[in-house]
Amino acid sequence: MEDIIFYDRLQFAFTITFHYLFPQLTMGLSLIIVYFKWKYLRNKVEEYNNAAKFFMKIFAVNFTMGVVTGIPMEFQFGTNWAKFSELTGGIIGQTLAMEGMFSFFLESSFLALFIFGEKLMGQKLHFLTGFLVFLGSWASGYLILATNAWMQHPVGFEILENGKYVLQNFSELFKNPWLIPAFLHNQLASMVTSSFLVASIGAFYILRNKNVNYGKLFLKTGVIFGLASSLLVAFPTGDWNAKNVAKFQPASFAAMEGIFETENAGAEIVLIGQPNMCEKKLDNKIAVPNVLSFLTYQDWDKQIKGMDQFKKEELPSNIPALYYSYHIMVGLGTIFITVMFFAVFLLWRKKLYTFKPLLWVLFFLIPFPYIANITGWYTAELGRQPYLVYGLLKTIDGVSPTVSSGNTLFTLLGFVALYLLLGLLFLVLVGKTIHQGPNQKH
Amino acid sequence: MEVYWFIIIAVILAIFFILDGYDFGTGIIHLFFAKKENDKEVIAKAAGLFWDSNEVWLVVAGGMLFMAFPTYYASVFSGFYLPLIIILWLIVFRAIGLEFRSQFTYEMWKNIWDASFGVSSLLLAFFFGVGLGNIVRGVNLGGFENGISKYENHFFFLPLWDSSFSPLTTHPGVLDWFTVIIGFISVVTLAIHGANWIIYKTNSSINKKLKKVIFKLTIVLIVLTFLSLLVWVKINPNALDNFKNHLLLLIFPIIYFVGLFGLLNIKKFKNEITGFILSTLVILGGITSTLASLFPVILPSIHKEIESLTIYNTAASSYGLSAAFVWGIIGIILMVIYLIVQKRLLKGKIDNHDYGH
Repeated sequence: MEDIIFYDRLQFAFTITFHYLFPQLTMGLSLIIVYFKWKYLRNKVEEYNNAAKFFMKIFAVNFTMGVVTGIPMEFQFGTNWAKFSELTGGIIGQTLAMEGMFSFFLESSFLALFIFGEKLMGQKLHFLTGFLVFLGSWASGYLILATNAWMQHPVGFEILENGKYVLQNFSELFKNPWLIPAFLHNQLASMVTSSFLVASIGAFYILRNKNVNYGKLFLKTGVIFGLASSLLVAFPTGDWNAKNVAKFQPASFAAMEGIFETENAGAEIVLIGQPNMCEKKLDNKIAVPNVLSFLTYQDWDKQIKGMDQFKKEELPSNIPALYYSYHIMVGLGTIFITVMFFAVFLLWRKKLYTFKPLLWVLFFLIPFPYIANITGWYTAELGRQPYLVYGLLKTIDGVSPTVSSGNTLFTLLGFVALYLLLGLLFLVLVGKTIHQGPNQKH
Repeated sequence: MEVYWFIIIAVILAIFFILDGYDFGTGIIHLFFAKKENDKEVIAKAAGLFWDSNEVWLVVAGGMLFMAFPTYYASVFSGFYLPLIIILWLIVFRAIGLEFRSQFTYEMWKNIWDASFGVSSLLLAFFFGVGLGNIVRGVNLGGFENGISKYENHFFFLPLWDSSFSPLTTHPGVLDWFTVIIGFISVVTLAIHGANWIIYKTNSSINKKLKKVIFKLTIVLIVLTFLSLLVWVKINPNALDNFKNHLLLLIFPIIYFVGLFGLLNIKKFKNEITGFILSTLVILGGITSTLASLFPVILPSIHKEIESLTIYNTAASSYGLSAAFVWGIIGIILMVIYLIVQKRLLKGKIDNHDYGH
């Protein structure tokens, strides 16, 4: 049965992964742009204004990519997951339609004004347009997370006799206990990506000995924002999310932590190890006893249910992928905190701009926050399997009943080809913008 | 509530085709009539400035449809799987053309961006028209054959074409000679609309020539309109019943024909926006007339045994529709206000502006 939906799942996974390369940057970057523009209003140093405009150029390219890869996401709910759309549209259609209406609208409209309207509007209005772009992009994150939160932990609905779900309470959608922790965690993760990008471009300019004054500004801003967001993304927001998973999706929690057997006392936390699905154990495991129980329940001896306590149908369908996604995210997060601590320490000792090894590290680190963001989302989405709406609707029951897998493979191949081309053009364009630099003279 | 939401979504779709329609049309004109580099540049710019904020209306329409008529959304989007995905790809190609044109400015690259922009605009206009044609003609709901439905009766799947290529078979495809006519109507209408936009927004050297083009295309459009009406009445003998029963609805076809025949005087207009307003009326009247004639059906079934999809049997719960009505109205008002502010701020000819670049 699983093969029928294989290409549908692969197409959604591929297109959403590619799509999310862009919003994860724009959401965080919009806040940093607002910061630069605000500093410029305060101190009138031209470099801050140029920095804001430079990053808005990078924002714009990413935003365009986000738009053209985002429309297919909305469409695919209907094209490939028709049964799911039919059942849930009356509920999560609310938040999804609000996203298009309020946030996407704010972003696209005021982005155009920010880019084309500085001379027309004057500085204060220009700042305001930048702020509205930020507001739009964060509202977008909020409403998409509200949609996803309902799929992770459905609330505020009832099931009619004919099997249809109907909305019972609109405000419950926003009071979902899953929503706020997930939203904050996601936005901070987006801040990590964008501050690492700012720091990376800064390191590049210094190493390249070009636009050095901007290099220093970017590096300083990047590492300070980077340290703050790397810390906050782990604690309290990451911690908060893990507790939610333990509470609402205990089977997924056991799988992502790699706990095969329930222990009598406190559960250990697994640092490294490979899931062996035949023998139901972790190979080459390195673990610290009792720590997971403490982190989850602040009690060293509290029992945590392992995968042996759940029926096979309740467990996530791809346990190794879930386990690795989660551990890659956590591992990278730990590395980010370490690097940024060191960078801020050097900044404080006034040695950051001259300590080349760290500049190289910061320069080359840029793909990794993207990987951490994507694996974080994989953790959430693989953890929800085999359900589309947790506990309510299985993924297999949400697929379009009339679209054959041959047709889906055809469109999947088309998307792969098109997105490869798009990705290539994107890299060239961003590279060109970085190469031109923030100086307005060119 | 269903009726209100039907009207809201119809208005949003109409605004989308009016706004992004001039982008498509600009692309078509760009493809066939812009020869000098100067003209090409300013014409691409006339479309490129706003395409993403125009596309917002498509995203909003999609989201609203998902929320208010989930069964319809599910049925239509999976049933028209291939043409919809092709439209998505074309949207990407159009964006590539528009966004990269100003970035990679060598002659060789520019030709690629121009082709990408022009061809995808042309095909988008065509496929949106074909889509409308399909909704008018109806589909084989339930995959009905020999008295048995293959799927639940509100689902269907259409191949791109059926070997007979006819709208009168029991299982027509996406493309048949009727939907292709509607596709051409869409291309011609949007080309006129785009040409009017170029005349209004730019000082391109082909503006004079475009007026002649609009005149000729308007005659083509009049012929195609009557041709399609004849065919439509043949496919669906009840097509005009709504207008007979509710004379007030005749306002929509009147809007269409005022715009259409008004455009015949294109060469005499002193004010450059007049043509654009008239082609706006054509689009507005065309879409609203079509929807009014179908109402309350939104996807006819071609077999009598199977119920057509209507706004009533596909809508979400009335509680959900009421809740969304509040924020929906606020949202639309905000979007319209912004649209007005945007057009005011960036009024006048595009080539006269230096947008702080």
